[in-house]
Formats: sequence, structure tokens, C-alpha cells
Amino acid sequence: MTKIDAKIPQGPLAEKWSYYKSHQKLVNPANKRRLDIIVVGTGLAGASAAASLGELGFNVMNFCISDSPRRAHSIAAQGGINAAKNYQNDGDSVYRLFYDTIKGGDYRAREANVYRLAEVSNDIIDQCVAQGVPFAREYGGLLDNRSFGGAQVSRTFYAKGQTGQQLLLGAYSALSRQIEKKTVKLYTRYEMVDLVVIDGRARGIIARNLVTGKLERFAAHAVVIATGGYGNTFFLSTNAMNCNGSAAWQCYKKGAYFANPCMAQIHPTCIPVHGEFQSKLTLMSESLRNDGRIWVPKKKEDAAAIRAGKMKPTQIKEEDRDYYLERRYPAFGNLVPRDVASRAAKERCDAGFGVGNTGLAVYLDFSDAINRLGENVVRARYGNLFQMYEKIVDDNPYETPMMIYPAIHYTMGGTWVDYELQTSVPGLFAIGEANFSDHGANRLGASALMQGLADGYFVLPYTIQNYLADQIRVPRFSTELPEFASAEKEIQDRIAKLMSIKGKRTVDSIHKELGLIMWDFVGMGRNEEGLKTAIEKLKAVKKEFWSNVFIPGSGSDMNTELEKALRVADFIEIGELMARDALDRQESCGGHFREEYQTEEGEALRQDDKFSYVSCWKYMGEGQDPELIKEPLDYEFIVRQQRNYKA
Amino acid sequence: MWIFNSSIGRKLIMSLSGLFLISFLIVHLSANLALLAGTGGAATPAEIPYNVVCHFMDTNPFIMVMVPVLALGFLVHIVYAFILTAQNRKARGNDRYASSSKTNISWASKNMFILGIIVLGFLCLHLIHFWAKMQLQHFIGGTPDANAYQLAVDLFTNPVYVVIYIVWIWALWFHLTHGFWSAFQSMGLNNYNWMPRWKALGSVLATLIAIGFTIIPLFFMFGLNQ
Amino acid sequence: MDKTINVTLKIWRQKGPKVKGAFETYKLDNISTDSSFLEMLDILNEQLVSKGQEPVVFDHDCREGICGACSLYINGHPHGPDDSVTTCQLHMRRFKDGETITIEPWRSAGFPVIRDLMVDRQAFEKIMQSGGYVSVNTGGVPDANAIGISKIDADEAMDSASCIGCGACVAACKNGSAMLFVSAKVSQLALLPQGRIEAARRAKAMVARMDELGFGNCTNTGACEAECPKNVSITNIARLNREFISAKLKD
Repeated sequence: MTKIDAKIPQGPLAEKWSYYKSHQKLVNPANKRRLDIIVVGTGLAGASAAASLGELGFNVMNFCISDSPRRAHSIAAQGGINAAKNYQNDGDSVYRLFYDTIKGGDYRAREANVYRLAEVSNDIIDQCVAQGVPFAREYGGLLDNRSFGGAQVSRTFYAKGQTGQQLLLGAYSALSRQIEKKTVKLYTRYEMVDLVVIDGRARGIIARNLVTGKLERFAAHAVVIATGGYGNTFFLSTNAMNCNGSAAWQCYKKGAYFANPCMAQIHPTCIPVHGEFQSKLTLMSESLRNDGRIWVPKKKEDAAAIRAGKMKPTQIKEEDRDYYLERRYPAFGNLVPRDVASRAAKERCDAGFGVGNTGLAVYLDFSDAINRLGENVVRARYGNLFQMYEKIVDDNPYETPMMIYPAIHYTMGGTWVDYELQTSVPGLFAIGEANFSDHGANRLGASALMQGLADGYFVLPYTIQNYLADQIRVPRFSTELPEFASAEKEIQDRIAKLMSIKGKRTVDSIHKELGLIMWDFVGMGRNEEGLKTAIEKLKAVKKEFWSNVFIPGSGSDMNTELEKALRVADFIEIGELMARDALDRQESCGGHFREEYQTEEGEALRQDDKFSYVSCWKYMGEGQDPELIKEPLDYEFIVRQQRNYKA
Repeated sequence: MWIFNSSIGRKLIMSLSGLFLISFLIVHLSANLALLAGTGGAATPAEIPYNVVCHFMDTNPFIMVMVPVLALGFLVHIVYAFILTAQNRKARGNDRYASSSKTNISWASKNMFILGIIVLGFLCLHLIHFWAKMQLQHFIGGTPDANAYQLAVDLFTNPVYVVIYIVWIWALWFHLTHGFWSAFQSMGLNNYNWMPRWKALGSVLATLIAIGFTIIPLFFMFGLNQ
Repeated sequence: MDKTINVTLKIWRQKGPKVKGAFETYKLDNISTDSSFLEMLDILNEQLVSKGQEPVVFDHDCREGICGACSLYINGHPHGPDDSVTTCQLHMRRFKDGETITIEPWRSAGFPVIRDLMVDRQAFEKIMQSGGYVSVNTGGVPDANAIGISKIDADEAMDSASCIGCGACVAACKNGSAMLFVSAKVSQLALLPQGRIEAARRAKAMVARMDELGFGNCTNTGACEAECPKNVSITNIARLNREFISAKLKD
């Protein structure tokens, strides 16, 4: 059986990262120029890594799927970024941020990684301010904070409702500076389509130029993937249309383990689905739960009347409303973590109390906040979100409560990495949402931005040198090597195969079918029977796709349908691995809820004695079952408890 | 030199020359208001108030120095209008929108070049009507018309010319409503607070200038000088 | 239930940058007024692909109005007839039953068409690269609260920073000017003490790059501001002018 080494440095928790940094190998400036690094992705993690590596003097090639790094979906993060600054004097500390993140992740993350994340969180805020990120401030000129779910301190820094945008623009600015200095070469409208491995090490990629449709080869001493998550497997998610899991999937097929694929986060506050033509779901920031109260009618007949359009929410009397989060979780109330809030909404809707014309929605009500603070204060805090809601739904949230429902938002699972963020393929690194990361089974709000930037600015630029220090004598690679040729041939054949099917189904129609299966069986509530059904159904979808898809146009030209098809082909396989992993994990933890494992009150029930491990899946070839390798999670410093947000 | 080869520099030239021309308009209007005094009971043409003003203007050394400067101001403003418009058309590209723009912006701001051309056309006519017979003669050694007042009387008793002049003045009004605040914007002397102030000031100024210049031909057409 | 409408679409189709393009007309029936404009185009593309034809190509990504990828000049407006939204947030309830909708790519020499409705906005990248940043390396920066910034300046910088780089300003401008885009970035960084230090250098570099790339001269029509989906104000342009002129005068 394959052994797995996470390379956790020795020493007490708080000293591991310092110890690592002072003992790791470094590359001297003259040698840095001779080392090439490919960074795929230009979101928070990719842009910050490419910029930082360029600043250090490495020769960086950065690949962007869109026309600009600023389009990366990090830009859509609304609420904020956590850091343990304790500027509010409310008792925050590095340890507390670490503890909250571990607990929020339902004790399925690595202690050493999470502690490091909490440690560098403060540096991120300093860095962003120095770049000119306009964080919200108090009148005294100092930085302001807000609260987020799963924490009892205010540690979230924000820039209006556009924090992700501002942080990404900061990283993008730093990247632009390096492009001007020619330390980074940016390739826009390029999509990585394969990883090139030579003698067991990652040595390059094949990328498709999306404008010309041509395949191009790129060689480097190390490859970093920062390509985000695979939430779009569900078709409908809060992810952007171009978000995909293909880069990570190609790495998986070239030997990188895929960790915890079943751990997907379902965000509780999204605008509900309203029709089958819908292309994506829109998130309403978690920050809304600071002032909004979530409820459904207490009486089934009221809920039915609302669904039939015979009654308005404002007509329901206070005593006939069920503020179910406040009822079930008095200590955290509406600010329970995302997985808890999502499941509670599903529970109410499944029990027949859902509202909206589909019955799959709950209310997020601001009338209390408006009465208490006045409409102007509410407008100042959430005006842009309210406007967005009104534009989409055509309903005024100042007058009638918002309707929300959970939707797929973030994937905690991803490419397995060790403490150095290196995957199981030497020379291949994964950062940001693309790796299986520090969030365990559930990510807390405002922590994705933190992790993406931590990896890109402050972790990878160190750890990658420990690998590259051994590579200084390795000359630049030629892209004429047979490994490049065969990788290119492989993808060329794949494209030719897709183009030749000439079936009857559009790519999107198959993707929607995939999404429905995933949502029904691998969504918020999972069980053994459903997961087995899903695996069977996904096999059928895969067969349907490879025998009946239709792609117009040519394979060697710009072709948006072909781009989608290549991604959907991977989504189908990712979906299957998600179901397989969910089936293996016979416990409920964080975003993974197995209906068989719950407390009497319907809370997630972990099985620490059996499942306290990271599931690492190893690709064994087409048609073969992947091998499951377990990385044990030994908690040295924290005692595991059942998560309790009640008291 | 940045002022000539940067876009903002070129715009600075436009704003400075434009504001200079506005100051000329104010001086010109002040002088012309003397026409409203009519003959002022003067015994000889030389004593008619307007003719007194004209004589002062024609002999004052400062004004004499300023005339070529003014001409240069006009020239710069006009030449740069052509240069900027040509560059802007190029920047816009050869492919045009098929649907006409529905963007809600002031009509004047979109049509400054056309308005400028209209103003320029009438300006030439105006120079022929008056300046060529008056001040120009001082420069070329000819004999200026001694009774400029009579020139105005003769011209503006013809309703056709009155209409032409009024059209011209109101084209100028449009040009100024955008041009005035725009000059301050281009010089960088603008912000949230000053934006409405410059716009209001520009409208008031343009309106005062336009009304002033409109009254004069009407004054003569309706025979109010009698 | 849902209200539906029938629309006629006149869409610009162009195979490549050098190929001549033309309008194609498509009829689309039973479009829910709750669907977004891009979802309507998705439906059209599904129909085209089902008929074996190539779909209409357009840029789009986040579909929540923040990434700036979507463009489209719809019935005489960049981002369509609704105020303060991008095309992806525009909904079909803004259109009447039986209406003809004309959809064109951004038109400007700075933004050549790549295919159909997709244009090349690399010029914005080049402008950003010329100076749209504070020259600090990762690490070694002071504590975030070491320098106080007035809330008013921070808020104004945030307003300038809300630019999404979509290019609607250039598309709306009769002069093809990129001043709103450039000024938003120059303003954001000039308002903050961290960016103030190299404000003069930045203003000069970004304006020089903008001019070099052939964008037009600003004539203050305000069309950019009127069509900006994020309501970025032209007072930013005044600030850029001020920064640039004073920088040049000090040289």
C-alpha cells in the first residue's frame, strides 16, 4: 500500500513554520533567473504567486483562461477576508483563528497547515494595504472589521461588498508590474489541457490557445496549478461560467492524488432557482446574516398559501413565523456556519415549510434591522447586494423579505498537497481552492480569500524554492521531447474523437443532466443507496456524452462548444469520484452529510475513530477503480469535539 | 513637448484657448452694449457712444497688441479642434454602430465640432460685415469706416441678417454651455463639489452672453434706436 | 406563472478579425421575462447548435456583474437599456413582446473584434502594466494600521476602484477615449498615501501608454459615466488631468 508523507515540520505547532523557513533550501538570485515556473490560473492564488515569484527573480509563465486576470472568479467574493489582527480588542489571536478554522472544518483539516494559515493571515492584510486596496475604515482612519459565520470575534476585513474584487485587483496590479518588468509572461485566453511529466517530475503543460484553437507546448522546472474548484460539476453553482476542474483532473490522471473530492460547500444564501433556462446561481453575501433573520412559516397551510401565490410573507404574523436557526442554535443564531445553515434550510423545505413558487426557498428578513437601525443604515451596509437582488428577482427586499436557498459554492476537496503545497507528483504544486486545502470538511466565510493569498504570497514562494534548489543544474527543457509530443497527441486525439461523434445532444444539455444527478444524490443530503444510484447514472451519462454529443465547427479553431465539451467530459468523471468518495466516507462531517449518520436532533455525526483521515484518490487508469490512500489526521494539539453552535 | 504630444496636453490647449476666447466675448459684448445707447443725441457720428468706444478700441495700445494674440487664440482653438476631431475619429475606428446611440448626454457635448464650424462660418460673415471695414483698416493702412454705428443700423434693419445673427449666437450658446465647464474639467480644476458649480456658472455665463448679443440686432430691427 | 415574450434578434456575426462581418436575424419565441439577457443568448445558442450551426460567440464569465467579461452594445447602449448593470445582470423583463433587439460588439479601434460579439481588450492590460500599481514587493511592508487614511479618502478610492475593466466607457465614447478607465485607477491610488508616493510617475506612464495605444482624446461628453455599469464618476478624469498636468509642470 502506498504510504503518504505530508512532510509536517517538527516542533511545537506555533514554531513549525518558522522552523521550516529557517531550515529550508533557497535558490540564489543568479540561479533564479535560470529557473522557469509555470503558474496556471490568475485568481487570488495564481496572480499573487506569479507576481511574488516574478519579484523573487524566477522566470514565470502565467496562464489565464479569460482575456484578463481580473476576470478570475475570486473577483466575485463579496464579504471579506479574515485575519487574526485583533484590532477590535475582542480577544482574537492566531490560535483562535486557527481553532475556529479547524472546528469550522469539522476536524478534517491538517493542524500544521491551518496554524500556518492563521499565522500569515496578518501579513496578507499588511500586504494588501500597501498595494492600495481600499479596505473599509473608521473615521479615525484605522481599519474596520465585521463579523462572519462560525466566529465569535470580528476579524473580517472588507471593502464594501466587493472584497474579493479589491484583493484580486491588488494581486493583479502586482502581477501587471511584473509583466511590465518581463519577469512574468502572461498568456491570456489559454487553457491548460494536459500536464507533461518527464521522469516522474512535472515539467510542462500543453495549453490550447482559445483564439486560434491551436495546441501549444510549454516547458518549465516546476508547474503550479491555481485553477480553482470544481463546483460547476453541479452545472448550477455560484461559480463563474468558465470555472472548471479540468486542470486539476489532468494532474490527477498524471499521478497527482485527488483529496476529499466529496467535500463541497453548499452556501446557504443564494437566490433560488427560478427556471430551467437558468445558467448559474447568484450568491447573496454571508454578511447579510449579520442583520437578516431567516424564517419560514410555522404552519404548513401558510407555506402552501404562499407557494400558491395566495398570501404574502408580510401577512404572516410574528407568532406564526419559525426563526428556525435562532430556535435551534441560540448561541450563534443566524450566524451558524454555512453547512449548518444550509442543512437547516433544506430540512424545513423538505418538511413542507418552503416558500417561493417551487417551495425551495426560505426568507431572509430585514424588517427587524430596518426598524431597529433605519432603512438608511441597512442601505449603507448592504445597498449593492439589495440592488443586485432587485435586478435579478424584480422584488424590493426593503419591503418584502428576500428569498434564499442553498447552492453549491466552493469545493474544499481538490488536488492533494503536502505541507509544502507540493502534490504527489514532484515539481507539481497546487494552491488556492485547487488544492484540498486548509478548510477540512467545511470552509468558514471570508477564509477562501485568506487561503488563496496566503498560498500565493507567503507560502508557495518559500516552499517551491526547497524543491527548485535541487533543480539549478537542470537546463531548460526542449518542448520537442517525446513526452511533450505524446501529451499533445493524446489531447489531439481526444479533440478529434469529440468532434467526430456528431451526435444529437448539446454539451449543455448533458451538463444539466449531470448537474441534476449530482444535486439529487451527491448534494446536501447523501445516503448509500443514492450514491450507488448516482455512480450508475453517471456511467450512463458518460456513455451518452461520448456517443451522442454534438459539437459544431472545427477542432483547430476558436470553438466555445468544444471548450465546454472538454470540461464537461472531466466534470462527469469528477462527479463520479465525488460520489465514490462520499460513499466511502461513512460519517457526516461539514459539507458532507450522510443521512445515515446524524444525531437525534439531525446534526452531523462524525466517526472520528474510523474516518479521521484525508481520502487521497490515486488514478489507476481508464476503466479501473482508483486506489484510496489514507492520510491519517493525528490531532496533536486540539481535542476533537462535536461541533456545537447551540450554546 | 508634453503639451503638444499628449492627449491631456492637447486638451489643455483647447481649454486655455477656449477660456481666452470667452474672455474676449465678454469684452466684445461690453463694448457692443454701447450700441444700445443709440445715437445718444450726438451731433456728429464721432460723438455717437458706440463710435467713441470703437475709436478707443482702435487706438488703445493694449487692444492693438491683443488683436494678433486674439487671432492666434482663434487659430489655435480652430486648428486643434480639427486635429483632435481627426484623432478621435481614428480612435473610434472604421466600424460604426448600426443602432444609434441612446446614451443620455447633452446634445452640445456630442456636437462641439459641428457647433464650432457653425460659429466659425458666421464669424467669417461677421468679420466681413464689420471688422474688415473697421479695425482691419488700421492694420493695413486703409481708412476705417468712421461711423461703425451706422454699419450696425444698416445691417440689422434687414430681418434676414437679424435671424442669421441670432441663430449664430445661440449656436455659440450651445458651444459655451459645454465648453465652459469642460475647460475646467480638462485643466483638472474640478471635483464632486465644483462639477455642478462650473456647469451652473457656464450656463449663466453663456446665457448672459447670448442674451446680450441677441438684444442688439433686435434693438435695431424694432427701431428702438429711433 | 412566468410571463414570456417573443423577440427578434439582429446579431453581428463575424468569423475573425480580418473577415467582413454582417448582421444575422434570429427569431426567438417564449422567452421568460425572468431570464437574463445572456440566458436568452444561451437559449439561442442551444437552438443554433441543435440545428448544427455555430453558436454566437460572446465574452461572459461570472454572470453577477463583477468580472467585467461581458460586453455587448444592445439597442444603442453598452450593457443594454437598464441603468447601473452589466449585460449579464440585464433581464428580459426590460424588453417588450415583439421587440427587435440589435446586438453589436464594442466598436472602437482599441478593441478589435475577435469573433462575433467578442472583442480584444488587451489594450487595457497594457495600460495597467504601464503603471496601474503601487511598486511594492511581497513582504516587508508596514503594519496595515501604521498609516491612518481618512474614511472619506478611503471611500472615494473605493468608488474609483469599483471599475470592472469591461470597456463600456470606450464603447460609449464617440472619441474612443479610455480616460474613465485610466482615471479610475490613477484616482484610486492617488487618493491613498501608499499610492501617493509614485502618483506623478503613474499618471504620466499610464497616459503615455493610453495615447500610444491610439485611444481618443476626452471631450467630456460624459457618455462613459452615463453608461458605466459601476457608476464610476468623471470627476476621476478631472483628477487624472490635475495629476498629469501638475506632474508635467514639475518636470
